Amino acid sequence: MDFLHVFSQLIATFDSTIRLATVLLIACLAGLYSERSGIFDIGLEGKMLISAFVSAAAAYETGSAWVGLLFGCGASIIFSLIHGLASITFRGNQLISGVAINFLASGLTVVIGNAWYGKGGQTPTLEGAARFGEITLPFANALRDVPLIGPIYSDLISGHKPLVYIGFLLVPLTWWLLFRTRFGLRLRAVGENPESVDTAGISVVRMRYTAVLICGLLCGIAGSYLSTSQGANFGREMTAGRGYIALAALIFAKWRPWYAMYACLLFGLLEAISNLYPNIDLGLFVIPVQFTQALPYILTVVILAGFVGKAIPPRAGGEPYVKER
Amino acid sequence: MDKMPRWADVVLIPLISLSLAFVAAGLVVAAIGENPFHALAVMIKGAFGSTSGWGYTLYYATNYIFTGLAVAVAFHAKLFNIGGEGQAWVAGLGVALPMLFLPSWLVPHWTIALVWCTLGAMLFGAGWAAIPAYLQAKRGSHIVITTIMFNLIAGAVMGYLLNGWLKNPDTQSAETVKFPAAAHLPSAHEMLAPFGINFSRSAPLNFAFILALAAAVLVWFLIWRTRMGYQMRAFGHSESAARYAGIPAVKITLVTMLISGALAGMLAINVVMGEQERLIRDFVEGAGFVGIAVSLMGRSHPIGIVLAAILFGALTQGGFELLFEFNNRISREMVLVIQALIILFTGALDNLVRYPLEAMFLRLRAPAKAVSK
Repeated sequence: MDFLHVFSQLIATFDSTIRLATVLLIACLAGLYSERSGIFDIGLEGKMLISAFVSAAAAYETGSAWVGLLFGCGASIIFSLIHGLASITFRGNQLISGVAINFLASGLTVVIGNAWYGKGGQTPTLEGAARFGEITLPFANALRDVPLIGPIYSDLISGHKPLVYIGFLLVPLTWWLLFRTRFGLRLRAVGENPESVDTAGISVVRMRYTAVLICGLLCGIAGSYLSTSQGANFGREMTAGRGYIALAALIFAKWRPWYAMYACLLFGLLEAISNLYPNIDLGLFVIPVQFTQALPYILTVVILAGFVGKAIPPRAGGEPYVKER
Repeated sequence: MDKMPRWADVVLIPLISLSLAFVAAGLVVAAIGENPFHALAVMIKGAFGSTSGWGYTLYYATNYIFTGLAVAVAFHAKLFNIGGEGQAWVAGLGVALPMLFLPSWLVPHWTIALVWCTLGAMLFGAGWAAIPAYLQAKRGSHIVITTIMFNLIAGAVMGYLLNGWLKNPDTQSAETVKFPAAAHLPSAHEMLAPFGINFSRSAPLNFAFILALAAAVLVWFLIWRTRMGYQMRAFGHSESAARYAGIPAVKITLVTMLISGALAGMLAINVVMGEQERLIRDFVEGAGFVGIAVSLMGRSHPIGIVLAAILFGALTQGGFELLFEFNNRISREMVLVIQALIILFTGALDNLVRYPLEAMFLRLRAPAKAVSK
């Protein structure tokens, strides 16, 4: 195994990591807005799923991936409004609402998909403009043959779908919004101490609805990415637990945007490794593919247990806000 | 004074919520161009129209009684066990291991086999709940998140074992070899035949249903008739008050979750031992999550849970019939939609029904009070 071979394998692995991490990252940031405002959301999975389906269907019918994205986000936002209605307006249990949303998406996508296309819930394959194309960054082709930097720039950084770049741009944007704007301060405050925000004359209900809507929008983008960028159609249970991995990443990141990116890249890397090298033979023993797949969850439990740095969720998370009367 | 009479809370609200869920589900059916009333009739007939229908309905209900009780026990101590899925999954291992590796003289009869399997299922189910419980009690990590993670880890562990060590080499699919014939649990057909009742031979309903009913009675006794149950409920009502009363928080959390996990694990008796007679992948099929809905609808009371479990069992079985009757135009995932809507309306949107009802009862009561003055 010479250096160039190892290098090209590394590039391929990291390239795949970026693709796989994108969906986790966008979903993770979606959860970040919601949970920072005090609304637990275990329904990321369901919102992504419904968006993946609606995006694929709309893209197929109109022939435009962007229209698909728009419809997907719309569907996801409707789901997030249901969650908002249950957990903010009617002060219901946020976890139960999340479970319901996940069930609803699993069921609806197949029932409607089957009624429309009759293929057991699959949507027809998307072609041409109905899928997102790759973006080639400037000079990518010219630099391709430069050693080391060439492959890194041309293969790793350039040549991704637009949503990949949007996803990674969302990280600094979220950081800025959360920690450098008045909106962000208020958002964090309703998640920690809603009474204080209320006392300052700001509507807790409105802040939380805003956060839940942003969460819906981002889940919509993440779901749309799955079916119109990464894949070329919708398949049943397409999200395959990614909503939960995103949730795990959020805890891993301790509800902070930059750390969310690192966590998602790490979990994306694990997924890429398990795709590219199913069983890793270390000579003495073999690391089974299931271990690599379960590692994000195991790491999250370890982090939650506080053995390696403590993850403390927003203080008012999961509690409906009742104004004193 | 309560805002409304108890019967309204226990009967009226669930019924209204249920109706709302069915109306919403009917709208979905109508939206895909089918007749919702016809669909409902098909489901009811499929679930209750024959002994085979009953056999499937009660078979699924058995699963939901176990997982519903599991969620309810935890609810009483204000713990949300969303990990029934994983606990039942791992409990499948607790059933399979004694069946596959015990020498045949230790499994002479199904009653003895049942003892081993019950021990295995409860031990493994409780074991899988033990780590999240310990982490919640000792390290303060949120039990909901850890049990979700443990569901997913359970999936990976079972996938690994069933594709490797435990795999039946003679088949392509990830499953173990068949359990010994002596371990066969009596089916409803076999149990009812001596009484001259000809119950469907094909239905998977088996002895585990009786165990589920027994478990419901035991849970009732535990929660309302023992010191432990009292402590659990006190802890659930107010953790700080319970602490001042000298109730050990760590112990209650641990014991409650162990009982909860063991109950969820009993599902494996019904499916793995009773129906499949081998360990397969994905045998839990979402029953752990349905348990949440069952417990919500049943107001965490065993009687309510048994009734709600039968309702959900009927839904699952009726959903299969949709597929045949509508010639694939309604897929069986319609069941998921209905379950989701029931969870939504009875659980998360409970106050949607409760607020107006409370207001109504208060208004009804107001003139009566004025007279008594």
